[in-house]
Amino acid sequence: MKRTPLHQAHVALGARMIEFGGWEMPVWYAGIQAEHHAVRQRAGLFDVSHMGEFIVHEADSTAFLRRVLTNDAALLEVGQAHYSLLTNAAGGTVDDLLVYRLPAGKKGGAVYLLVVNAGNIDKDLAWLRSQVGPGERVKIDDRSPSTALIALQGPRSALILSELTAMDVWHMPYYHFARGEVAGVQALVSRTGYTGEDGFEVMAANEDITAVWNAALKAGAAHEIQPCGLGSRDSLRIEACMPLYGHELGDDISALEAGLGFFVKLDKPAMNGLERLRRERLEGPARKMVCLELLDRGIPRQGYPILAGGQPVGEVTSGLLSPTLDKAVGMGFVPVAHAALGTELAVDIRGRAVPARVVKRPFYKRAEG
Amino acid sequence: MSVPTDLKYTAEHEWVRIADGRAVVGITEYAQAQLGDVVYVELPKVGDTLRAGKAFGVVESVKAVSDLYSPLTAKVAATNQALIDVPETVNGDPYGEGWMVALDLDGAEGLDALLDAAAYEGLIGG
Repeated sequence: MKRTPLHQAHVALGARMIEFGGWEMPVWYAGIQAEHHAVRQRAGLFDVSHMGEFIVHEADSTAFLRRVLTNDAALLEVGQAHYSLLTNAAGGTVDDLLVYRLPAGKKGGAVYLLVVNAGNIDKDLAWLRSQVGPGERVKIDDRSPSTALIALQGPRSALILSELTAMDVWHMPYYHFARGEVAGVQALVSRTGYTGEDGFEVMAANEDITAVWNAALKAGAAHEIQPCGLGSRDSLRIEACMPLYGHELGDDISALEAGLGFFVKLDKPAMNGLERLRRERLEGPARKMVCLELLDRGIPRQGYPILAGGQPVGEVTSGLLSPTLDKAVGMGFVPVAHAALGTELAVDIRGRAVPARVVKRPFYKRAEG
Repeated sequence: MSVPTDLKYTAEHEWVRIADGRAVVGITEYAQAQLGDVVYVELPKVGDTLRAGKAFGVVESVKAVSDLYSPLTAKVAATNQALIDVPETVNGDPYGEGWMVALDLDGAEGLDALLDAAAYEGLIGG
């Protein structure tokens, strides 16, 4: 199993470690619920160094990314990032990722940083490289092995991060980033995250990340920061209805089925899966992701059948007892006929049909300001 | 991690307390620590017959669902209904208030197959 540069720090903090996508990662330190509440109410610090980082550059980089990703990289200014999906030829999803537009390099053409899911690094890299056309001037460098990433999330994130850097993190707009010194090392700081709270992600070289991690915990102590594992990362993203590859996204699931149409820009000359996505945009997809709230006791889990009139019509892709809302909630896919808000369905929990209702997405949204 | 010496155990991390013609069953300290925050417990009905080694209920943490395995073949005499509303008791007091079911020892089978504390401790590397 692979280990992140923060492995020793996790062990020292008493983390319970699990295998995730070939990596040995902390699943919790204090407990998933305590970490979940810490992020909603105060601040949490996550090691997400297992994620992959690619640099896409040279003269045709923008045209290349416009063709392989659903969002439009041409819309990004230097210092800006957005969410996007890597599609296969049939319009299914190879991975979901963040695209950062970096300052231009010496060789001309825009330079992009892609942050991808840990379990998909090899697959994404092979797919991206297979999509480079003959004579197309684009290079894809895998920086994953040397790059570390941590996420500082929660309402006190800016307060804590501002103590580690001279950068103006308070005024950094959502989905923007800047490079600068954090805790004495060079880092890339973005106002991004996967929790539904305000927060930042800090990227640095492997050998530098421990300095940032330790400084954040030290400065955060007065603000009751909590180191957080993958358990609360999952529970937080489910409450915020953010998709996870392998659950709400997969080779046969399109971005539009998953309700991610905002990140699908089809005004392009060519794009992988363009035909299906254009059809689904015009006619609507045949099935859709729905958010379900259970009306009786039980917790929906991945793979449990979703029932309409007693018959299976789909499956749950993620579910939990929401720590913030104290309700059992889940996401799953059903034919559009059963996807309207308020539709009464049921989830088959170990042979028991537990009534459920289609509710608005997301389950949890933070108060503005 | 201390393993109470007055209890019997299964390899699936249930404990059994034999007293007053009943076998009270719960999950061990080791099991609750592995699970993390318990948020949901599903138990059988009084009068159900459990089969040794077969699943009789579930305990769910935030992240995962785990089956509960019956240590004995026996009838359910009582269930801990308090866990329905306060499942976290399983974390806080696994050998006491966190008990799950009480089985009727009359006609029960499988007692001889249970592990003693030393054998269970060896199993969890204690």
